[in-house]
Amino acid sequence: MVYPYIPHTDEDRSMMLSAIGLQSLDQLFEVLGEELQLSDSVPISHGRTEDEVQRMIDSIASRNVRGIPFLGCGCYDHIIPSTVKALSSLPSFVTAYTPYQAEMSQGLLQAIYEFQSMICEITGMDVANASLYDGSHAASEAASLMVASKRKSSTVLVSSTIHPFILAVLTTWAKGTDRAIRILQEKEGVVDLSSLEAELDETCAGLIVQSPNRYGLLEDYNTVADTLHTHACLFAILSDPLSLAIQKSPAEWGADIAIGDTQSLGLPLAFGGPSCGYMAVTESLMRRIPGRIVGATTDAKGRRGFTLTLQAREQHIKRERATSNVCSNQALAALMTTIHLSSLGWGGMVEAANQSYAKAHYLAYHLAQLPGVTLIWDKPFWCEFPLVFSDAKRMRKFLQELRNEGIFAGVRLAALTRQAKDELVLLVAVTEKRSREELELYLAAARRVMK
Amino acid sequence: MSKIMQDLRYSKDHEWVRIEGEKAYVGITDHAQHELGEIVFVELPPLGERYSKGEEISTVESVKAASAILNPVEGKVLEANEELDGSPELINEDCYAHHLYVLTDYKLDDYHALLDAKGYEAFLNSL
Amino acid sequence: MSEPLLIDMSKQGRKAYCFPPLDLPRGFDQALPSLPASLSRQTAARLPEVAELDVVRHFTRLSNLVHGVDNGMYPLGSCTMKYNPKLAEHIAGMSEFTQIHPLQDISTVQGSLSVMYNLLEDLSSITGMSWGTLQPCAGAHGEYTGLKMIRSYFLKQGDDARKKVLIPVSAHGTNPASAAVNGFDVVPIASDERGLVDLEDLASKLDDTVAALMLTNPNTLGLFEQDILVISRMVHDAGALLYYDGANLNAILGMATPGDMGFDVLHLNLHKTFSTPHGGGGPGSGPVMVNSTLRPFLPKPDIELTDSGYVYQWENEESIGKVSMFWGNFLVLLRAYVYILRMGSEGLRAASRHAVLNANYLAAKLAPVLRIPYGKRCMHEFVISCSDLLEKYGVSAQDIAKALIDEGYHPPTMYFPSLVSEALMIEPTESESVESLDAFAETLLKLVKRAQEDPASLKAAPITTVVGRLDEVKAVKEPNLRY
Repeated sequence: MVYPYIPHTDEDRSMMLSAIGLQSLDQLFEVLGEELQLSDSVPISHGRTEDEVQRMIDSIASRNVRGIPFLGCGCYDHIIPSTVKALSSLPSFVTAYTPYQAEMSQGLLQAIYEFQSMICEITGMDVANASLYDGSHAASEAASLMVASKRKSSTVLVSSTIHPFILAVLTTWAKGTDRAIRILQEKEGVVDLSSLEAELDETCAGLIVQSPNRYGLLEDYNTVADTLHTHACLFAILSDPLSLAIQKSPAEWGADIAIGDTQSLGLPLAFGGPSCGYMAVTESLMRRIPGRIVGATTDAKGRRGFTLTLQAREQHIKRERATSNVCSNQALAALMTTIHLSSLGWGGMVEAANQSYAKAHYLAYHLAQLPGVTLIWDKPFWCEFPLVFSDAKRMRKFLQELRNEGIFAGVRLAALTRQAKDELVLLVAVTEKRSREELELYLAAARRVMK
Repeated sequence: MSKIMQDLRYSKDHEWVRIEGEKAYVGITDHAQHELGEIVFVELPPLGERYSKGEEISTVESVKAASAILNPVEGKVLEANEELDGSPELINEDCYAHHLYVLTDYKLDDYHALLDAKGYEAFLNSL
Repeated sequence: MSEPLLIDMSKQGRKAYCFPPLDLPRGFDQALPSLPASLSRQTAARLPEVAELDVVRHFTRLSNLVHGVDNGMYPLGSCTMKYNPKLAEHIAGMSEFTQIHPLQDISTVQGSLSVMYNLLEDLSSITGMSWGTLQPCAGAHGEYTGLKMIRSYFLKQGDDARKKVLIPVSAHGTNPASAAVNGFDVVPIASDERGLVDLEDLASKLDDTVAALMLTNPNTLGLFEQDILVISRMVHDAGALLYYDGANLNAILGMATPGDMGFDVLHLNLHKTFSTPHGGGGPGSGPVMVNSTLRPFLPKPDIELTDSGYVYQWENEESIGKVSMFWGNFLVLLRAYVYILRMGSEGLRAASRHAVLNANYLAAKLAPVLRIPYGKRCMHEFVISCSDLLEKYGVSAQDIAKALIDEGYHPPTMYFPSLVSEALMIEPTESESVESLDAFAETLLKLVKRAQEDPASLKAAPITTVVGRLDEVKAVKEPNLRY
């Protein structure tokens, strides 16, 4: 029997077995013992040819429905230059592993070095790692970093305006340990900083906020860094990196840690994954940042080369004393972001951010004119805004009517928070990729429903 | 054979302590620096903080290893050896001439409970 | 040829991509409220300004400076660098999957959900477990998830005393780190002279403060823990749970299951066993599978099949909650599903049988010259020691590894596990033909000969690469981490 991806012929097998002094493959598995050896094959289907698999997958794929997405909440449909897929699909990038052997991994190491540099440039921070799993992972690693950086601390303050799923991941992070997440409440859609100082005690290690926040609103962190630093607390800002083309960077707010997800920089929607978390910190935290880091150095001939470095922080050296268990990064996704940013340049990034801003405001402005919906809070936003419906029936009808036009009109906040108070909130995201026609289609359908 | 200084006290985690009046100097032993290899970084403790005995207070790193320094004597951090910031290799060159940090208001009992040179030598031989 | 940084090829005004012009109605731009200055960015970021061809050549050249499975043999132990089928790549690029938003209405994502549901069913069958979660993005993330569930399980029973996790000294570093970040104390378990779990040491450490024993089976020496049923009974009699690190599952697919061995929870590495590409270090995927004891603690949401199709199930009070942003690394899950569809039950079994055959054949070829300290036979990988070479000729495992690079091979895993001095851990996988195994063995034996005759040449390796051995001390002491 010939199996896909296994090159052995009958002749190979018998020659190899005799070379190790055996008669059958079964003898190699005698060590499993009779009790454990399966007598039957596992109950999954038989193998299929390439063509059969493709047909089966085509049929499965047809049950996914595409629409014009005005959906965001941590995953956005931005324009991606064709270079991204073409170059990130080069086989040696795809089929290599972690660049442990620097000499034969220079291309990958250099790409990561360029990624780190770009993340530093965009966030304004000093040091970035080679990437983390996703934005929620970056947030929990930031929380770990905070607690590890302050003696006897155990608590991390988190703004209630952070993405509900990231809050969920942080809650899991604290579960069953002596660490805790404490919520800093919001006021009119943004974090309420008036009670910040009162929350900062000996046990508190830092604050994590998000801007644009869970409602898409931009937050003002004036004086926050000073207040936190006075109490030996660290300040982490989570943001969509594309928004940093126009909004104040974490460094400009005085943050110690910048975190987020680079999905908006070159990664497709992909049902939410793979994505790519990023983390950048000030120089004083360089030896505490988790994950892989690439550095430039030289060889014996003085030639510049790149290598994994500062490894004494990591689990393979520190084992149970490591403050993070992360062992890999999202190298290929980070590569996609690097190619994306290389293609766009700073000018392109600003253009994408500005166009998203303009188109989102265009849609928001016109939707706000309709009866039955309001744009609550009247706060600055970037490419996503909260629309509140007067009643649930209208909201359902709105979503359905737009669906009929092939439009995914927005994300129901309650689908993320599962809370009754959010039932009437729809988050609408508009990127530079939405054409004028798509915007007008949305508005026309909306006007029909909401008249 | 590791070098051991007669006038110091030692922990089983390979730290040495030297008392000079109000001050207790803490460093790592020749055995420890040898095990680590070329030292590339020393994390110095924050000044003014009080550390109990056995508490992790600092880290000494080589390229492929990281060794936690467990504070051998309870006390308050008075000074950290800033010289090590740019030149951690000084520990490799002479680990007894280059302490990591200095404690004050230390617990003398903790000091007396440490091994003397003979005891530490016997301990090393037992490893 | 080394490649400059792209930023150093920058020329102001060049563009590799042009956006369509903003086409909002005339006048709206002017009326558009601008972002308040207090919230606006003040400084520009330095990103490359280059033409499209510059981008293409830069990254193409960089890819030429990387060795992947597609370039040549990659016998990196415990990483299972098997061939990554092109079919899976093609399917993972289909727009029906890449253009789907994670928060679309459930009725519009039934295709993606069926992939995930069916994958969970297949993985349950393959591992002999009850159900699982696809959320974890990597093996270490799976460990984190599994241990979190173990902690929740004991807390649910009001047992706060079980704070220890037992881990063999030969285990991968993520095991103790994952335990520690979940608040557990790590207790190492010794290996005996066979290279297996020391049962006496285990017995002496099992008590009512132990939450779990984490095991990799076959272990990192490539040896099957043949006392596993005894170990399982000991652990469970002590009231603790048994965790399976699936790093080495490629040795036993279709031959035995962790479920039958008595494991309560495990993580898989789809990027190892199920052939999804490693991507230069990720994205991978680390699904966690559990038996019925731990099933209530799985992360949210679960996926259920109802009369009206697949749905998310959020109503689970005992769940540990979410561990990643959305549903997991979907495109990786899809590739693994394609691999399983293609291989089928017999194919998966054949993969393990040939992975083990390849490892034993290669070990037999090397054994006369290179010492294999543990085990007469191995499973899918084995560990050689170069300590004799170091002693006699001053040639280390690292020297051999670097010389392999000049011969066009990615070196084996070096200096792990620490039980073996001067270790090289070799995992050929089932993908390699007998001819490529022969060629690799011949090369290694040639290098051993060179160690005797010309050790200096091995110390100088690699010489064919764009850079030689790098100054790692300098990299740490003078960190240069960005342009």
